[in-house]
Amino acid sequence: MLDTITLTLGVIVGIFVGSTAGYLGSIMVSRRMALVGDALSHVALPGLALGILFNFNPFIGAFTFLAATVIVTWYLQKSTTLSVEAIIGVIFVLALSIGILITPKVDLLEALFGDISKITLVDTVLTVLVSLFVILVVKKIYEKLIISMISKELAVANRIKVESINLIYLLLVATIVAVGIKEVGTLLVGALVIVPAAAAKNISSTLSGYSLMSAIFGLMSAAAGVILSIYVNVPVGPLVVIVGTVIFAGSFAINSFSKRLKAKRVSSA
Amino acid sequence: MSDVDRVETDSSNQSQNESNNMLVVSDLSVTSQNKRILEDVSFKVKKGASLAVVGPNGGGKTTLFRALLNLIPYSGAIKWNDEVRIGYVPQSLVSTDLPILVEEFLRFKHRTNYETCISSVGLDKAILRQSLGSLSGGELQRVLIAWAIVDNPSVLLLDEPTSGVDIGAEEPIYENVNHLKREAGITVLMISHNMHVVMHYSDYVLALNKGVLFYGDTKSLTHSQLLSIIFGSEFALTEEEHYKE
Repeated sequence: MLDTITLTLGVIVGIFVGSTAGYLGSIMVSRRMALVGDALSHVALPGLALGILFNFNPFIGAFTFLAATVIVTWYLQKSTTLSVEAIIGVIFVLALSIGILITPKVDLLEALFGDISKITLVDTVLTVLVSLFVILVVKKIYEKLIISMISKELAVANRIKVESINLIYLLLVATIVAVGIKEVGTLLVGALVIVPAAAAKNISSTLSGYSLMSAIFGLMSAAAGVILSIYVNVPVGPLVVIVGTVIFAGSFAINSFSKRLKAKRVSSA
Repeated sequence: MSDVDRVETDSSNQSQNESNNMLVVSDLSVTSQNKRILEDVSFKVKKGASLAVVGPNGGGKTTLFRALLNLIPYSGAIKWNDEVRIGYVPQSLVSTDLPILVEEFLRFKHRTNYETCISSVGLDKAILRQSLGSLSGGELQRVLIAWAIVDNPSVLLLDEPTSGVDIGAEEPIYENVNHLKREAGITVLMISHNMHVVMHYSDYVLALNKGVLFYGDTKSLTHSQLLSIIFGSEFALTEEEHYKE
């Protein structure tokens, strides 16, 4: 059973990582890059393993590998005809294989699915600061990102440096994935980016509502996952994903119901 | 001799003439991957005039626009009027996967002007509360024109603005652009394959196929000459024969 302090720290980390990942995810899901977010998270495993093996903060190892992957992907996408999905797909399987080979067996489960009991005050402070930094930077580039998503041509004509904005965005995703790994694990942290945003998309009709709902659903999934882990003796990661998926199913049902209702109104009018 | 290519010899007249020009392009050439896309293109556009850029596919029309927007490297000179503000309307290459309202989209460009702009492109203000993804091709194109004019540009660059639009919806869009040109004195540069549009809504024609095929007053062209420029002489002959029948 977790003590109150560890649980509180876990919930704080969940709130910040969940809401930030959800907010970032709203952009990723709309860019039809959902699988990129998921695959990217697995790339952190070798960095995490090096941190465990050589006794340094695994966040630094994970972030280094994630950032390097983002930069290599960004460069290859710019200079070849390969899609982001294809490039990350190749790097992801390689990183996962190397990560599984070099991660000590006793730490593998924790690396893959996270362990809330290991979260320290330093981790929590780091997570809060990093999350706030990520949100501030996204807010700064948000309009440019959205315009470049709507039309690259329009963005370029409006003097938006589309490639640079994309690189900054992917580095921010890498950052939040790296801080989320300790709680949710490398295998499932990608779900924090994708599932809340996918759920929010089902029931959003405005951009402001969509990004807000994505952040709220991310927060709810992560915080609820942590609290649930007190009652069931399983890692937080799978619980976060299950809560997120339940929210997704709920939003999907609401969307289908409202569509049917609209169709009924139209046919009876 | 047309208004656009009249050469003024007197120096004071020349500087006045220059201030009347919105754009002067001299010996513009663009090379990409060792291939010449544009070669020694020169033309002028007077303030408040409309220029249609025509020519076969691959003739360099979009490349010209990209050079005018300073998005690609080029040689030669592109001189815009000092007070130029450019509004750009792309082809309908717009991803509408996002749940974004027309209002939210326009507010990205300008926080206050967007309501007036929506009216000036002939759309009802109710459209502001509609999702960008729910618009018809014609409505979306008008919203893009509203986006282009929301920060009061002096020049509109339209890159085949009705390429994804139903035939019936084309005419009102050009009528609208023409209205903006008349009322606000906006200079218009547009790429078009539509002969009717070129004949009715442009003052001057620039025909490109790497180099300049034709540059001058639209009124000086007959329909068949214009068809010949846009599609090649074979098609023009066929059309003439068709009309004879």
